[in-house]
Amino acid sequence: MKVTGAQALFKALEGEGVDVVFGIPGGAILPAYDPLIDSSIRHVLNRHEQGAGHAAEGYAWATGRVGVCMATSGPGGCNLVTALADAKMDSVPVVAITGQVPTPVVGNDAFQEADITGITMPVTKHNFLVTNASEVAETIRQAFHISSTGRPGPVLVDIPKDVLLQEATWRWPETVDLPGYRPTTKGNLKQVREAVKLILESKRPVLYVGGGVIKADAWKELFELATEGRLPVVTTLMARGAFPDTHELALGMPGMHGGYTAVTAMQRADLLVALAARFDDRVTGQLATFAPNAKIVHADIDPAEIGKNRVADVPIVGDAKDVISKMAAELRRRQEELGGPPDRSEWLATLKAWQEKYPYQYEQPEDGPLKPQFAIQRLYELTKGDAIVVAGVGQHQMWASQFWQFTEPRTWVNSGGLGTMGFAVPAALGAKTGRPDRRVVAIDGDGCFQMTAQELATSTTEKIPFVTAIINNAYLGMVRQWQELFYNERYSQVYLSHDTPDYVKLAEAYGAVGLRAEHPDEVDAVIEKALSVEDRSVVIDFRCDPKEMCFPMVAAGTSNDDIILGPGGIRPTEDPAEAPIA
Amino acid sequence: MSLHTLSVLVEDKPGVLTRVAGLFAARGFNIDSLAVGPTEEPGLSRMTIVVNVEKKPLEQVTKQLNRLINVIKVLEHEPAEAVERELALIKVRAEGDARARVLEICEVFRVRVLDVTHRTITIEGTGTPEKLEALTELLRDFGIVELARTGRVALARGDRGIRERAGRRLAAGGEGTSEWTGGGV
Repeated sequence: MKVTGAQALFKALEGEGVDVVFGIPGGAILPAYDPLIDSSIRHVLNRHEQGAGHAAEGYAWATGRVGVCMATSGPGGCNLVTALADAKMDSVPVVAITGQVPTPVVGNDAFQEADITGITMPVTKHNFLVTNASEVAETIRQAFHISSTGRPGPVLVDIPKDVLLQEATWRWPETVDLPGYRPTTKGNLKQVREAVKLILESKRPVLYVGGGVIKADAWKELFELATEGRLPVVTTLMARGAFPDTHELALGMPGMHGGYTAVTAMQRADLLVALAARFDDRVTGQLATFAPNAKIVHADIDPAEIGKNRVADVPIVGDAKDVISKMAAELRRRQEELGGPPDRSEWLATLKAWQEKYPYQYEQPEDGPLKPQFAIQRLYELTKGDAIVVAGVGQHQMWASQFWQFTEPRTWVNSGGLGTMGFAVPAALGAKTGRPDRRVVAIDGDGCFQMTAQELATSTTEKIPFVTAIINNAYLGMVRQWQELFYNERYSQVYLSHDTPDYVKLAEAYGAVGLRAEHPDEVDAVIEKALSVEDRSVVIDFRCDPKEMCFPMVAAGTSNDDIILGPGGIRPTEDPAEAPIA
Repeated sequence: MSLHTLSVLVEDKPGVLTRVAGLFAARGFNIDSLAVGPTEEPGLSRMTIVVNVEKKPLEQVTKQLNRLINVIKVLEHEPAEAVERELALIKVRAEGDARARVLEICEVFRVRVLDVTHRTITIEGTGTPEKLEALTELLRDFGIVELARTGRVALARGDRGIRERAGRRLAAGGEGTSEWTGGGV
């Protein structure tokens, strides 16, 4: 059977089980938009290619399946770059398809030409330039395989217009043959035994859980490991929901704005079992003083992560699901021999005492101003936590992670590694597209919101409703906070204003419902109203106190031991470095 | 800093050189020499890369190289366990008395003369990089008009080829491992 390159593209996407593509058409990709009409695949017409890219990411975060976005050549592809870089940093499986100018004029500075494979080389896991229609199907197959296996990531497939128009015989390759791509997925049992030996010897262990645990669908195995061994768990920003925050062994989020207990538990630990985490600087603080007494077990599917920032005593390369299930089984076997886990009651009691003494804190005065944490907390309580939460980047993101109690995986979507402002609205669109059965709530900043708000139009026309709660503090809040703390309160280019734009009118202009709360006593009614709307998107303008800062905080480049608990540089009553430990 | 020689077996695909070179460039590592050519296996190319870098950051680059989809195998050569050769073409001034002295040097170094004019001699020198350095140094006195070197190529000593080398498994995490198989994450 002869098909055009464009037809082959959609047959291949169907073959990969794709149900939705986010994109915007244009000159070079035009031929691909014709067979789309006859395809079973839904196309969501975004308003900016960056939005299409983040939507594909949101879809992937929420479903675990590969998110697909499509754009034309030149500016279309260039506008995808931020989303691809974001997906690379957070290991999100995304396949991007871009049109390219026709082969004979490639390299000629043709209209809307950009060397998108060259441009995206450092921000993709891999990319392809297809030069013949007969290669389209195989390339798509390889792209999905690379994107979704091993350490997931973005893959871009660039297809020149003439290749889309060319005819070739249809052939669907049954297998993928990539001689240079064979991820190590099975964890070495000998290493697992070594790890378990260290766990059993440890008096102050902490499971340091990263985003790979969610990507590998390994949360059940993690739960078994933690509960079997009575091992306390910190979940990084990427791993929120991998272990239920409501569990007694949950210590919450570590890192720059993590909780005191999570941060200090890692500092005082004698063993960190890092599971698909990457010792990111936002978690470790100053590397030289990070967890100084801890031995390290480091399991990751990417050998390049192991030993990159911190030398591992027991390195294990493998898929988190495989490694953790082996670890849990081995631990159970050994503990049965020993008659249970070692007595670590003092350590667990210490952690519990810290949790009680140093919870996340804020004060909401009855007569205002409205505190952002209060708005987020009420949102959590009134939804009963039953939502997929999407955040942008900044203070609101940290507060959302702090004040939402995550109990399930894939209910938290955010931009971690790249820190991409403007992520939330399009990612919420993508998450809702992938999980229409779930309520999706974007918690966004006013700065972030304005970067990609146009995707509300997509939400309305495509009938993909979600709630966006803008934590409107009139500032680029996190930058303002740093200027207040580290630049002598010299505020430079951070003021945005509470009322420009008028977010309620803007929401209405996009066909969404616009709501506003300025005082704490208006918060509940506004949230209840928002939750009662199901057929349209809702934007809530929470006009919050611009002065509220995000704490705890470990200032950039300082030690986790120098954690600041609140404004005015409040420190813990005891020196964390000398905190009583079992 | 010290010189390390890597052999990188890659798929012969467009852009693969850029991907490999990009990894070094992104970390500010200067490539001392780079030689690329076909191998015994159609579709596979072999790059020999000499890079001046500390051991620890090199290990990170080796791991990163393995992540590239088109990279089949990366091998770092221990100097004592590899044979290394390089070829240089040198055009040197050789008028009057100088000519006999240049030819004498060629004799001593056992290098070939490829072209002779009234004013110059063009020489093909093959050998270890050290030998070529010594040759170049002697010829410099006469005036080198131009010089081109291929960059180093290397093979491990012994029976096995790069693809047959079992390599220590990655599963152990590979701290200090100099040989990698499989590749890709």
